[in-house]
Amino acid sequence: MAATDSKNKLDFSASKDWQQTNVIDIYEEIIALVPSADLVPVTAMENVVDEIPSFWLNKFQLCQVMQALKKELSKPFDMCFDLTAIDETHRVYKAAHVGDFTVSYHLRSHSRNQDIRLKVALNSQDKTLDSVASIWLNANWYEREVWDMFGIEFISHPYLCRILMPKTWQGHPLLKTHPARATEMAPFTLPPDQQEAEQQALKFDPQAWGMKRQSGAQGKDNDFMFLNLGPNHPSVHGAFRIVLQMDGEEIVDCVPDIGYHHRGAEKMGERQSWHSYIPYTDRIDYLGGVMNNFPYVMAVEKLAGITVPDRAKVIRIMTAEMFRILSHLLFYGTFAQDIGALSPIFYMFIDREKLFGIIEAFTGARMHPSWFRIGGVAHDLPLGWEKLVREYVDYLPKRLDEYEKMVMQNALLKKRTVDVGAYTSKEALAWGVTGPGLRATGYAWDMRKQRPYSGYEQFDFEVPLGHKGDCYDRCRVRVEEMRQSIRIIEQCLNNMPSGAYKAEHPQTTPPDKSRTMQDIDTLIPHFVNVSWGPVIPVGEVSVFVEATKGIMGYHLISDGNTMSYRTRIRTPSFAHLQMLPLISKGQMVADLIATLGSIDYVMADVDR
Amino acid sequence: MIEILFKLLEILLIIALLIPIAAMLVWVERRMIGIWQNRLGPNRVGPLGILQSVADLLKILGKEDWVPPFSERTVFVLAPVIGAVCVLMSFAVMPFSPTIGVSDLNIGLLFFLAMASLAVYSVVLAGWASNSKYALLGGMRAAAQTVSYEVFMGLSVMGVVLLTGSFNLREIVLAQQEGWLIETQFVGFIIFLIAGIAESHRLPFDLPEAETELTAGFHTEYSGLKFALFFLGEYLGVTLISAMSVVLFFGGWLMPEPLASWLPPLVWFILKVFFFVLFFILLRTSLPRPRFDQLLSFGWKYMLPLALLNLLVTAALKLGGVIYA
Repeated sequence: MAATDSKNKLDFSASKDWQQTNVIDIYEEIIALVPSADLVPVTAMENVVDEIPSFWLNKFQLCQVMQALKKELSKPFDMCFDLTAIDETHRVYKAAHVGDFTVSYHLRSHSRNQDIRLKVALNSQDKTLDSVASIWLNANWYEREVWDMFGIEFISHPYLCRILMPKTWQGHPLLKTHPARATEMAPFTLPPDQQEAEQQALKFDPQAWGMKRQSGAQGKDNDFMFLNLGPNHPSVHGAFRIVLQMDGEEIVDCVPDIGYHHRGAEKMGERQSWHSYIPYTDRIDYLGGVMNNFPYVMAVEKLAGITVPDRAKVIRIMTAEMFRILSHLLFYGTFAQDIGALSPIFYMFIDREKLFGIIEAFTGARMHPSWFRIGGVAHDLPLGWEKLVREYVDYLPKRLDEYEKMVMQNALLKKRTVDVGAYTSKEALAWGVTGPGLRATGYAWDMRKQRPYSGYEQFDFEVPLGHKGDCYDRCRVRVEEMRQSIRIIEQCLNNMPSGAYKAEHPQTTPPDKSRTMQDIDTLIPHFVNVSWGPVIPVGEVSVFVEATKGIMGYHLISDGNTMSYRTRIRTPSFAHLQMLPLISKGQMVADLIATLGSIDYVMADVDR
Repeated sequence: MIEILFKLLEILLIIALLIPIAAMLVWVERRMIGIWQNRLGPNRVGPLGILQSVADLLKILGKEDWVPPFSERTVFVLAPVIGAVCVLMSFAVMPFSPTIGVSDLNIGLLFFLAMASLAVYSVVLAGWASNSKYALLGGMRAAAQTVSYEVFMGLSVMGVVLLTGSFNLREIVLAQQEGWLIETQFVGFIIFLIAGIAESHRLPFDLPEAETELTAGFHTEYSGLKFALFFLGEYLGVTLISAMSVVLFFGGWLMPEPLASWLPPLVWFILKVFFFVLFFILLRTSLPRPRFDQLLSFGWKYMLPLALLNLLVTAALKLGGVIYA
């Protein structure tokens, strides 16, 4: 093999996933700040296996504790990472403290490199809770989502209304009582008056959306123009609607309107077996392919206590990094196209096509391989895979050099993107921005480095950083990330461990068949695990990965069944779109298009 | 009487040739862009896909002639016609060869500039009459862009007028027998070309119809034949700017010996024009577009002073006897 081997030699025997630090410490720190806090650690029955310190909290103390965690704590929690709810009414294994509903807050401290999970129990008679939107800016959309999905009301929320479902929707879809299949509902009809009502609900009313019609004190100066950008527009990259309030071509304010791509992926998680949900994950960030499978299967493995063999880990990293390149190449091309350069995307599609060829050779599919399995991957790498990967690893960097001249060094492109759509690290953290969008501000935080999973700590790669946090830097970071991904893939190539590609564990999918025909004791579990799917032990887990667009994660709750009790998908794009009004103020329309392109979102990832 | 008939025949012939040429340009552009972008482009209809334009034309003729109910009907219908007519009128003063040309107007150059200014009405009116926000923004951009860029378009060709002492395009060509004006008017040519791209709103100056920003800009609401007229106007505009560049700076149909004797003058003229058309297409494949205010400040802050300076230096050099036409 190549000479670089010796210095690249990876040792997976020492590999250990990153773990949270002491639970007791943080408990005592909070109690010291808020002595009256009624903070109770989760019980063993809940079986929170991800080791994130998790506490039950009295709902009336929520804001006080949040305030303390954010403002008073030394090395405070600086990001509201996720906020979601669980309908506990159908739980079989119900631990103490669990009410009818649980609202779960997932906070992150970057300075401590620690997360904390706060849970608030509610009962069905009083589904109200204080809003934390004034403490965590990005809680605004998350609380709207919880209201939309569960009907939990957040008191003093600035604008509590439906966010993912249509305004005319009846009921709250993630309630256990809400039907999950079309066959459970009456046949769909759309009489003319109902159609009229639906259309009226889509109509834009500036005042109702919190916008002024005129400028000046008495509205005498001039009328604003309201431009409805989307849901069908060449540059909004999917079904996304932004309503712009404009003065000439300058944007005064904007309201992003999402939900046009909502498919109820979280609800589907509650009716698919642990195994058969894997293909659904592929379609969350539909450019991420197996990158989506990654956090999901790791979460299930953690719940089931499965240890994945080294070969599977490295195969997973290699294919995930390939999808990072695929996604970033598409971003690169469309970004240039949004600025008006028409050609780069065609060259980049050729590069993607070559890489899809490799993915197809590995998995049999291209964009959505659904290739990871609980316990490993679907099959071993094909014979001769090294040659395919080696060729590509040699090929892409040269192409990237060409694009460097064509796109990144183009004076017009620089004029359009440098200092456009900039935000600071502080703003990024406050709005829950992760991934390249955060690193473009110069904030070095990459899950693969800070909290290595699946053996990333064995790899030698750098975390590219920007410094201005503008559109240009966001593109720059992604371009450099592609080069780093190539480095990682090369190391996978040189160090691919031998051995099994899937763990030997009764709960892996599909279950091991090698001894099935020899004795009844393996035949029956095989039959059951194939027809019903594995039963995953009761527990709760959150697993996150550095996905293509930021940090993506699955929060799974198992009630000891063949299906998940609650599947929460924390996607990066949802958080990124929420801060759009902040960065677009004062921009021109053309800048907004550049900014949208540089955020690199996928609407399926936003709406789920 | 016979003379008038001949003249009419000549006009008809020129129109009958120009419009198919514009249609063919669509195919040429798509094929060339295809090649430059590492793909094939339309290659199914006829040999090399050459009949693609015919197929497109048939399709577009078969479309419903629809006028949006919210638009200003008369102006909406008139706008695309104005555009196409203004560009076609400019060809009236174009000297194609020593013998072919509709009119030897002694203010031919001014006539061309006037027509170019009028053509913007088409875009502005289309934007306004559509009564749609994207179209309005497109029309607004077009108005500002054209007003800014036609100022120094006029100034950039004054160097040529200064050297040749004529506004008559045929005389300008004939004055280049000793050497093309590009030798002394290089700066003027560059400015003229930039202004020309802006006037015909092609990438990188396609802001009035910037697809990624304004969906289709001023022609968002247009379809069918009226849309085809805008298309025709755009491609004729490309041909016109290319032809004007050739006439003003590259000696029109003239070629130095022995090249001149190899092909008839008209063919040389067409070849030169085609070269510039390809250049326009290549520009479209290679450059991103500037922002609206950047485009305007580039025009007023750099191009206009440069055009004035060019004029001043040309005048001084001519007075000093350093250069002649």
